[in-house]
Amino acid sequence: MKDPCDRHLREIRRHLDALKSLGSAPVRIMEVCGTHTMVLARAGLRSLLGEGVRFLSGPGCPVCVTDGAYLERAIHLSRTRPDITLASYGDMVRVPGQSGSLADARCAGADVRVVYSAGQAVEIALACRDRQVVFLAVGFETTAPGTALALRRAQREGLENFSVLTAHKRILPAMRALLVGDDVRVDAFLCPGHVSVIVGWGVYRELVDRFARPCVVAGFEPSQILAGVAEILRQLAEKQPQAASVYPPVSREGNRVAQAILEETFVPADAVWRGLGEIPESGLDLREELAAFDAARRFELPDYPTQDPPDCRCGDVLCGRCDPAECPLFSRRCTPRDPVGACMVSSEGACAAAYQYERFRKR
Amino acid sequence: MNRERIQLAHGGGGQLSAELIAEVILPILGSQRPGRLTDAACLSVDAGRLAFTTDSYVVQPLEFPGGDIGKLAVCGTINDLAVAGAQPRALSLSLVLQEGLAISTLRKVLTSAAGAARDAGVEIVTGDTKVVGREGCDGMIVNTAGVGVVAEGAELGFERVEQGDCILLSGALGEHGLSVVSCRKGLSFATDLRSDCAALHELTGSLLASLGGNVHFMRDPTRGGLAATLAELAAAIGRDVEIQEEAIPVNPVARSAAEMLGLDLLTVANEGKLVAVVAARQAPRALEILRSHRLGAKAAIIGTVGEAASGPLVEMQTVVGGRRIVQMPYGEELPRIC
Repeated sequence: MKDPCDRHLREIRRHLDALKSLGSAPVRIMEVCGTHTMVLARAGLRSLLGEGVRFLSGPGCPVCVTDGAYLERAIHLSRTRPDITLASYGDMVRVPGQSGSLADARCAGADVRVVYSAGQAVEIALACRDRQVVFLAVGFETTAPGTALALRRAQREGLENFSVLTAHKRILPAMRALLVGDDVRVDAFLCPGHVSVIVGWGVYRELVDRFARPCVVAGFEPSQILAGVAEILRQLAEKQPQAASVYPPVSREGNRVAQAILEETFVPADAVWRGLGEIPESGLDLREELAAFDAARRFELPDYPTQDPPDCRCGDVLCGRCDPAECPLFSRRCTPRDPVGACMVSSEGACAAAYQYERFRKR
Repeated sequence: MNRERIQLAHGGGGQLSAELIAEVILPILGSQRPGRLTDAACLSVDAGRLAFTTDSYVVQPLEFPGGDIGKLAVCGTINDLAVAGAQPRALSLSLVLQEGLAISTLRKVLTSAAGAARDAGVEIVTGDTKVVGREGCDGMIVNTAGVGVVAEGAELGFERVEQGDCILLSGALGEHGLSVVSCRKGLSFATDLRSDCAALHELTGSLLASLGGNVHFMRDPTRGGLAATLAELAAAIGRDVEIQEEAIPVNPVARSAAEMLGLDLLTVANEGKLVAVVAARQAPRALEILRSHRLGAKAAIIGTVGEAASGPLVEMQTVVGGRRIVQMPYGEELPRIC
């Protein structure tokens, strides 16, 4: 593992020298994938690359970007309907909302179960026919096909006690939103490996053409991330931004089968992201023909305002406007044990990664 | 009446209790101590220091590749004695059984506990059985307690750890935690990973026999993994701890499984690994001793104890040459979702 790393590091240093002489360093690279966020911190890549490269952890962690109002709706369901079983991915259960977390609701008697896949939620619905099972469908184009397959199965089995509360998101509109406006902090995107396997690296061309920012897909090994960084710096030094992939499993077109499944199940819809607000066509709503499986239609759900906890800067962190440690709550009132903001809950959250792996003593 | 499953009455102290003990438990566990069942076991020990410990075991599923809750309960308590510098002398084993548990499962677990105790040369000398309703527990809870005799010359404790001491690890990380997760409902994935569940008293015994007071501290990195063990060590001794990722022995299957689940191998549980803090000049000898035992064949010196600090940190130099800190994990880490 070390040899390719050394090669990429030499390349990175060479390009950085060129960029420094052009006055274009430090370079702000945003990753929009929770796994990248975690690996960056675990492998100590920030400390390795030093001042020349600043990594910004963008909206790549599904739990972190899920709007507080969605959580309130889920908590409302779990508290008011004793016949409902909520099936959720693990991290989601600990996110604090205005009225506590799903874990708090569970302690108070709500039936909230942790699942590892949408399919497992269908299994629960099949096994407990007298309960209404609601799957909390969060995540990007990586988890959305799983939800789609679960819905197909529910349809095939004629399951009347299964529905999904969807908050699935599309990454590209969010990346676009981060490049629009006067306060753009991103010089380049390190594009997500998993999502790009589905959507293909070709979709990022639009961002390159419009905003002239390199968009490079990288894998998850530290050496693969370094390869991505080297490619980004090369493009910047040569002033030739491109959409590209240094992660072999990702093709330009992506996974057509998965894309077709997504298209048959969902339609793009405006969606609210924590910290970024509403972004046009950035969400995935269920198609009309699947309306019967939409928990938002099956149950009465009040509207909740989007409200982040006071002083919490998760939104600024996700936009690259501040580092986790610059938030006044970080490691004081907000820790993985008692998180205030969503970025501290998920192990892939920018704040949790910074807390867990990068809280060095100030020297 | 269903004779294949545990019923509440099996814990009631009446005929069914007596039957369960006579027909299921004693034939498996009791063979070492024939004779009348008394309220307490009497042990003869030589003069010296005794170590005494207890632990309760809950694991789902009850059986996993490389072990089950019975073997775990025996080895776990032996290991707690072993890292305190003691050779185990006797164990107790108490069961809390869920109503409806298959008696065949109970037999399997007890057989495996008895086998682990026999292999370790320790007797299970006393025990208890209770039954709870279906909501009371998931399958069974096993509690074991153990007494052991502390080796002569062993002086272990946080207060004995000094700057410059070497930190040794007996083998690869994460095999237990990942093999349990790999067969958990809803997450099953096929690996040939097996739990490292094993009794460590021979390993610790030979270290202490050769190095005596030069072994300053020992711990088995169970829940919370190596991260929890080292974070606790640094906090307790008020010194920084420095480790090298490259030196840490790796099981490639465990590493891939951890990567797939988004887990940090350093925080995953082990049940048959030893962390030993040893005086620097004796570290090469300690490594030799560990490596000469089958449970320590992949042992390595992974780090050193650093300077005193007010907020002591465990820092790791990563394989790629970066730095990160290693902290006590919050709780059970959850597999990532994307």
